[in-house]
Amino acid sequence: MNMLSETAVEKVLERKMTNAALKMSGKDVCVFYGEKQALYNVNLDIRENTVTALIGPSGCGKSTFLRTLNRMNDTIDNCRVTGRISLDQDDIYDPSIDVVELRARVGMVFQKPNPFPKSIYENVAYGPRIHGLARNKAEFDEIVESSLQRAGLWNEVKDRLNEPGTGLSGGQQQRLCIARAVAVSPEVILMDEPCSALDPIATARVEELIHELRANFTIVIVTHSMQQAARVSQRTAMFHMGLLVEENDTDKMFTNPDDQRTQDYIMGRFG
Amino acid sequence: MSGSVLLLCLLVIGVVAYWLGRMRANALAGAKLSSMHSRSSYHGGYTFVWSVLPALLLLAVWVSVSPTIVETTVARSFPQEVLTAAQSAQNLEFGIIRSIARGLTLLSSSDAATLVNGTGDVRALLSAKGVPLAGDPKPYMMTAALELNRLTAISQWLMTVAVIALSLGGLFFSLKAIAPKLRARNRVERVILGSLIAASSVAILTTIGIIASMLGEASHFFSMVPAHEFFFGTVWDPRFAAAGAGNSEGQFGLIPLLLGTLYIGLVAMLVAVPVGLFSAIYMAEYASPRLRAFAKPMLEVLAGIPTIVYGFFAMITVGPFLRDISAQINGIATGNFQNFIQAQSVLTAGFVMGIMLIPYVSSLSDDIITAVPRALRDGSLGLGATRSETVKKVILPAALPGIVGALLMTASRAVGETMIVVLAAGVAARIQINPFEPMTTVTVKIVNQLTGDLEFTSPQTLVAFALGITLFALTLCLNIYALYIVRKYREQYE
Repeated sequence: MNMLSETAVEKVLERKMTNAALKMSGKDVCVFYGEKQALYNVNLDIRENTVTALIGPSGCGKSTFLRTLNRMNDTIDNCRVTGRISLDQDDIYDPSIDVVELRARVGMVFQKPNPFPKSIYENVAYGPRIHGLARNKAEFDEIVESSLQRAGLWNEVKDRLNEPGTGLSGGQQQRLCIARAVAVSPEVILMDEPCSALDPIATARVEELIHELRANFTIVIVTHSMQQAARVSQRTAMFHMGLLVEENDTDKMFTNPDDQRTQDYIMGRFG
Repeated sequence: MSGSVLLLCLLVIGVVAYWLGRMRANALAGAKLSSMHSRSSYHGGYTFVWSVLPALLLLAVWVSVSPTIVETTVARSFPQEVLTAAQSAQNLEFGIIRSIARGLTLLSSSDAATLVNGTGDVRALLSAKGVPLAGDPKPYMMTAALELNRLTAISQWLMTVAVIALSLGGLFFSLKAIAPKLRARNRVERVILGSLIAASSVAILTTIGIIASMLGEASHFFSMVPAHEFFFGTVWDPRFAAAGAGNSEGQFGLIPLLLGTLYIGLVAMLVAVPVGLFSAIYMAEYASPRLRAFAKPMLEVLAGIPTIVYGFFAMITVGPFLRDISAQINGIATGNFQNFIQAQSVLTAGFVMGIMLIPYVSSLSDDIITAVPRALRDGSLGLGATRSETVKKVILPAALPGIVGALLMTASRAVGETMIVVLAAGVAARIQINPFEPMTTVTVKIVNQLTGDLEFTSPQTLVAFALGITLFALTLCLNIYALYIVRKYREQYE
C-alpha cells in the first residue's frame, strides 16, 4: 500500500518535471584551464522552475560547469570553453551575445557571502541601478523591499536598511546576496555551494528559501552535502573527474542510481 | 690592540664558543637527542651570545667613556693660566695637544725624540706627516701630549685585557651552564627579540633626535625674529647681502613660500592623481598578466629616477617647450609672439613633479586595488555589471580608504620635494595666482639659505630650520589626516 502510493507520487512528479520546459542546455561542453581539461563533453539540461543540484567530489568540475552557465569563467585567465550552451535556444557563447545582459538573466550566488561594502539598501539596489530597472526612489524602494522579502530577510533588516551589509551575520549576508541576485529579476539563479560557510540554522533558512524561489526562478545549485541535494532539488547531476556520470530525478538518484560511481559516492565510499 | 682587531678576536671567540657549545650539548645528549630541552644549535647560540654580547657592551662603553677620562686626567696637569681661560680657548688648546699626540705616534722614533727635546720644529715635522697644527705649540703641550699618549696606551691595553677576559669568562660560564634542562632555546629567542626591539627603536630615536635638533635651532631663530612675523608675514626678504652686518633686519614671511609650495603641489597632484589612478585601474583590472608583468616594472622605473634628473628635464626640456609653445599660441591668437608662460613657472615645476609622482600614485593604488577581494568583483560581475561599473561602484569605494591614504602620502612627498622645484620653479618669493609665473617653495628657500658661507648665528641661516620644522609639521599633519580618513572609512566599510 505504502509502496504503491510512493510510486504514484513519483509518477506524478516525473510527469510534472518532464513537462517542464527546457531552460538551459549544455551540449558537448568541454572546459580547459590552459592545457588542463576540466570538463569532458558534458551534456546536461536544466529545466525551468526546477532546482537542479550538481554533486560530486571536490575538483570534479561541477563548479566549473556552473560557471560556464553565465560565463563567469570569462573572468578567469586562459580559460576556454567549447561546445554549445544555450539559454532559451540561444547559444550564450555566440559572439552576438552580450555577456553583461546574459549575467542579468542568469544571476549568481557565491560560496562565501560577498556583500558589497555598502548599505543593505544599496546592496540590493545595485543590480537594478546598473540595469536601469527603476525610475525613481519609490520604484527602487519597492524592488528592494520585494527582493528582501523574497529572500526572507525583510523582517530582520527593514529598520536598518542604511547600515552596512557587511555588518550582518553570515547567514543574513548570504540571504542578502540572494536578494541582490533576485532584485535583477533573473530567469536562472546559479548557486555555488551557497551554504558551505553557514551554520545549520542559517543553512536551513537558505534551503527553505530555495524551495520558495523555485516558483519564480530556475535554480542550479552546486553542493557538497548529499542531504542538501536531496532536500532542495528535483533533478541531480553527478560529476566525477570532469565527466557527467549520471543525471536523474533526485529521488531516483538517492534511492536507486543507475551508475555504480553515483552509488559509491552517495554511500560515502569516496569523495 | 686596536678596536677592529679586538672585534675580530671577539668574533673568533664567538665562533669557537658556538662550536664548543654545540659539541658539549651533543655530548650531553648522547644517543638520546630528546633528553635535551633545546637543540644543540641553540646551545651553541647560547654560548655565542654569552661570550660576545657582554664583551661587546663593555667595549662600547669603554670606547665611549675612556677618552673623556684620559683627557680630564691630562687636563689636570695644565698650567694655571690655561685652566682659568675660557672654555672655547681651552678646547682649542686641547685640539693642538691631540694633534701633537697623534703626530707623535706617526713620527719615527728619532724625529719624535727631537720633538720631545724641544730641538725640532714641531709644526714642520708634523705637517710633513699630514697633521696640521692650529697654532704654535707651547712648551707644556709636549708633556701633555706625551702623557695623553701614555694614558691612551694604558687604557687600550686594559680594555683589550678586560674585554677578552669578559668574553672568555662568558664562554666558560655558559659552557658550564649547558645542561639537559637549560632552556637555551627560550633565552636565544629573548636575545633575538631584544635585537629586533633595538633595531626598531633606532628609527624612532633618530626621528626624535632630528626633531630635537631642528627645534633647538629653530628656537634660536625665534629668539631673533618674532614667531608671528615668521608665520603670518607676507614678505620674504631675508636681505642676504647684508647678513652679518649690524642692521641686517630681513623680513622672513612664511606665507609666500607656503603658498608656492601648496600651489606647485596642487598642480603636481592634478597631473599625478588622474594619470596614476587610471593607470593603476588599467593595470589591476584590465591588463593581461603578460602585459602587466612587463608594464608594471616599466612604470616603477620612473620612481627610481633621481629627482635631480627630473629637475634637468624640467629646466632644459619642459620649461623652454612650454615657453615656446605659449609664444606660438599667443602669436596665432593675437599676432604678438610674446610668450605668456615663463620657462621657470609653477606650471613647469608642478607638471614635472606630477610626472615624478605618477608611479607612486599608480603603484600604491595598484596594490590597494588588487587587494580588494575577488569575491566582490565576482559578485558585481555576476549581477551583470560591466568591468568599469564594477570598478566605479564596488572596487573604488572598497579601496577608497587605502587610495586616500596613498594620495595623502604622495601629497606629503610633493610638499617635501626639493630638486625639481629648485631647478624649475624659480626663486622669486611672491604671492600670485598665475600658474604661468614663477613662484618658490619652502624647500627651495631652505636650500638657498643653507648654501653659502654664512655662520649659523644669523637669522638668515637659522630661518632654514624654522622652515624645516614647518615643513615637517605640515607633512606630519598630512599623514595624521591620512590615518584619520583611512580609519573613518574603514569603520564604515567593515
